[in-house]
Amino acid sequence: MSSSSGVPPVADWASDFDHTDPGWVGDPFPIWDDLRRTCPVAHSARYGGVYLPTRHDDIAAVAYDTEHFSSCRVVVSTEPPGEGDAPPVGGAPPITSDPPFHAVARRLLLPAFSPKPIDRLEPVTRQLCRSLVDEFVGDGRADASAQYAQHIPVTIIAQMLGFPLEDADRFRRWVHEALEDVAAPPEVRQEAFLELEGYLDAQIDEHEASPREDLTSFLLDARIDGQPLGREHVRGTMVLLLLAGIDTTWSAIGASLWHLAQHPHDRARLEAEPELLPTACEEFLRAYAPVTMARVVAHDTELGGVPVQAGQWLLLPFPAANRDPEAFERAGEVLIDRAENRHAAFGLGIHRCLGSNLARMELRVAVEEWLRRIPDFELEDAAAVTWSAGQVRGPRHLPLRFLRTA
Amino acid sequence: MKVHVDADKCQGHNRCYALAPELFDVDDYGNAHEIGDGTVPPGLEDKARLAVANCPEFAITIEEHS
Repeated sequence: MSSSSGVPPVADWASDFDHTDPGWVGDPFPIWDDLRRTCPVAHSARYGGVYLPTRHDDIAAVAYDTEHFSSCRVVVSTEPPGEGDAPPVGGAPPITSDPPFHAVARRLLLPAFSPKPIDRLEPVTRQLCRSLVDEFVGDGRADASAQYAQHIPVTIIAQMLGFPLEDADRFRRWVHEALEDVAAPPEVRQEAFLELEGYLDAQIDEHEASPREDLTSFLLDARIDGQPLGREHVRGTMVLLLLAGIDTTWSAIGASLWHLAQHPHDRARLEAEPELLPTACEEFLRAYAPVTMARVVAHDTELGGVPVQAGQWLLLPFPAANRDPEAFERAGEVLIDRAENRHAAFGLGIHRCLGSNLARMELRVAVEEWLRRIPDFELEDAAAVTWSAGQVRGPRHLPLRFLRTA
Repeated sequence: MKVHVDADKCQGHNRCYALAPELFDVDDYGNAHEIGDGTVPPGLEDKARLAVANCPEFAITIEEHS
């Protein structure tokens, strides 16, 4: 599913890259490996100017330097940084927030996403995975992305926010428009965003009229320095929780099953040693990290010996950091028993993914429940597998054939 | 052997708590700390080293006694 808006072909990855190019979407790893060796901080004039570091150390340096690299915009698109940006809050706090506001906005949300409350969501997640598998296990095949992976995070986050589950298709369409269709003209993007905002306003109104035990009512009750959150803050945080919680974990589940479909030894090993699964999931997160973040350069500075200019975008490809041979032994290989794994799939520094505990639980349970019923499977048609474009990468069509079911 | 989590470096990835819950706990915000004074009971030394080796923020240190 590459961008629909006809991206001009990339002439040279070091000086003209585009993260929505079909070559990048299909297989970005050789591109990053090559850049890491030849041009570790690349630049493209597209989108008004974007930098691209590919070494782990440079990516970490940006993540830790919140002074020179602002999070006020985190999705590189045709809407240039600058106009309408509002540091330190940004459009979707706290992912778009800079210090010192960031810590305040994040602290509000951390308890709901900390390990112990997330553990309590495991039974309902497991039940969901089981009922999804029940629907197709007898068919001998399934699209593991469209029939399985995509339903898991959207169902759980809709439940946490207190949104109607029947709206799941709309949530996924907004995710596509906001995060994948980044090369669409700004007016098309803004129209899509207005529709999303209208939906969230309606949810807010409804929750104000009848509060309940969910994250939406929690945000409406929350106080910072004794004051309720502004409408923009509440809505922005709902945008974040809704959009960031869907396609990311969907991608991680899909990519893990894509890997297992092609590696019979890994499937057999996980069947024989199910206790290895959490370690294997960490390796899937390292090797197939779905999320590339972005920053806006706030002040002129230098990165990896290259001058970077204020006002430009910077892509922060944590998936490329995870494949850097300077940071990981046998970085290009997927080793499901990798014991030492300091991967950066959930980012580094103050913006560590708020939902990482939720994502990890969903990924582990989804793979576990799939393997329990479908221990042996393969790609039905490798050419039919498609990958999402933009900063979140994962399979969007993943037709699998079952070799053995239980 | 003793383990210690640097609270300024910990960002709540929770790898230590997942790998060695005997040695680490998390607060209501998901930030980790060592249990008690961080003394590693005999037999858990490998788990302590595993937690160190999986912290993306390099927030955990080990103090080895001779």
